[in-house]
Amino acid sequence: MIATLPIPYPFESAESQRALVACLAVGVFAPMIGAFLVQKRLSLVGDGIAHVAFAGVGAGLLLEIWPVWSALAFAVMGAIGVEMLRLKRKAAGDLALALFFYVGIAMGAVFASRAGDLELETLPYLFGDPYAVTWTGVAMVGALGVIVVVAMRLAGRALFAVVTDEDWSRVAGLPVGALSMALAALTAGVIVAGMRVVGILLIAAMMVLPVASAQLVSRSFRGTLRLAVAIGAVSSLVGLTIARPLDLAPGGSIVFVAAALFAAIALAKRTAPRALQQEAH
Amino acid sequence: MRRPRCSSVGAFVGAEPAAHTRARLSDDEGALIRALDLSFDYGHGSVLRDVTLMVRAGEFVALVGPNGSGKSTLLKVLLGALPPGSGRVELLGRAPGDVHDRWRVGYVPQRPSLLSEVPATVEEIVSAGRLRQRGWWRGLTGSDREAVGHAIESVGLGPLADRPLNELSIGQQQRAFIARAFAGEPALLVLDEPIAGVDAESQRRFRDSLVHLIRQHGAGVLLVSHELAAVADVIDRVVVLKERVVFDGSPEELAARGVSLGVHREDLPLWLEDLG
Repeated sequence: MIATLPIPYPFESAESQRALVACLAVGVFAPMIGAFLVQKRLSLVGDGIAHVAFAGVGAGLLLEIWPVWSALAFAVMGAIGVEMLRLKRKAAGDLALALFFYVGIAMGAVFASRAGDLELETLPYLFGDPYAVTWTGVAMVGALGVIVVVAMRLAGRALFAVVTDEDWSRVAGLPVGALSMALAALTAGVIVAGMRVVGILLIAAMMVLPVASAQLVSRSFRGTLRLAVAIGAVSSLVGLTIARPLDLAPGGSIVFVAAALFAAIALAKRTAPRALQQEAH
Repeated sequence: MRRPRCSSVGAFVGAEPAAHTRARLSDDEGALIRALDLSFDYGHGSVLRDVTLMVRAGEFVALVGPNGSGKSTLLKVLLGALPPGSGRVELLGRAPGDVHDRWRVGYVPQRPSLLSEVPATVEEIVSAGRLRQRGWWRGLTGSDREAVGHAIESVGLGPLADRPLNELSIGQQQRAFIARAFAGEPALLVLDEPIAGVDAESQRRFRDSLVHLIRQHGAGVLLVSHELAAVADVIDRVVVLKERVVFDGSPEELAARGVSLGVHREDLPLWLEDLG
């Protein structure tokens, strides 16, 4: 049992503190992977894989196993499947995505309806429920974070080369296939870890929105990555803080804050472009 | 507009590579690229037929040909992106798929496929050129940073190293990709239309960089381009491709046939047009 820290409202209880840790972790790690997806022009891949994860949730409910495990298995397989179709040029990136996207959501609905009450069982996964995250869930998010940080440390530069210029990377002898698969698997991991926090329908937004905001003002990939992580963390903190007093769904609240930050930065850039550019240096 | 002085373009078409070239290819162990009787097709007609080609260390070879002559396909086969239909290909003395030290091959693609949403600086792009030197999972060392700095300076982008690539002109962007290839200190540099549509300053820098690489580092260069005027004075051999090699010789030999690379800028493009 981990002691509850003396933090004021709205984080005074153990549930709210677990929710805070989980949301902050998702806010930090989702944009880390998202930056590579946006650079690869696959901003919507997270959404596609999230829908495949939904099929895994349905399968877990039907087979009466912890849906997180089945969602992880489905998401990793889906992510690697999309990447294989794309790498072998059997289907364009968006078409490969659409195939998995629609089949995933249909399978999830069919499995969950066979398992029982479709709405009651699946709503926490679709829209997230960070207050229901257990210490096991927090540990899982933390473990994933360690994997993401180690992977970025070892393969971040090579991944940057691959997502920036795949043809050149192939000629240069980089393991393009293996690195692309690793990125796909990490994407699946982040989606499943964030599934109970902000929800299947919104987790992909946390991979893309902070990056979209950061690239408005940053002038390097490294700078974009760092700023996106900061924006993701701030979005999670502010979103979760206002969710409880205003009685909002935490997942929606967090993504709404991330979207509002994007709008604010875009507006500020239009009105004071030079000042912001200086700051970004 | 001047017409080429070549009186009989057709005289080149159908000419076999010289017998001495073929014999030399069989025993030249120092060749960086060696293709012998190479053929390839995509399943609907021949694209390359009996192509014989070699690039040695310290040699500057220009590969030219009309549109659809098979230049891009030939590059893909030489670099191992496509398997040869028949014939033999060696890259750094091995079959392209078996080359372990691929970092020794510098490559500048025809059109940069990036310029995406996220900004990336010149330095970040060029640093990628050092990834294979010590293993892609390792961090950059002091000597890596030095090589990156030299590569950026050599293409004249020193003051722009921290600038995002999408803020640069097309010529400057192309110079950044050339610097990425230089950063790996390649033994062989393969460039696919690197100066198409770039400004005169970038073309001059490009020429000087290639001369430096060949003379100081003994690298071999294979350049695919329609625009050879900027580098005409430093080219050792010109290979003209139209499904097969229809000319392989020095610029002087080509000039003796009435086709000029540099003095009369429009000669080569018009001649290639007539070939097509």
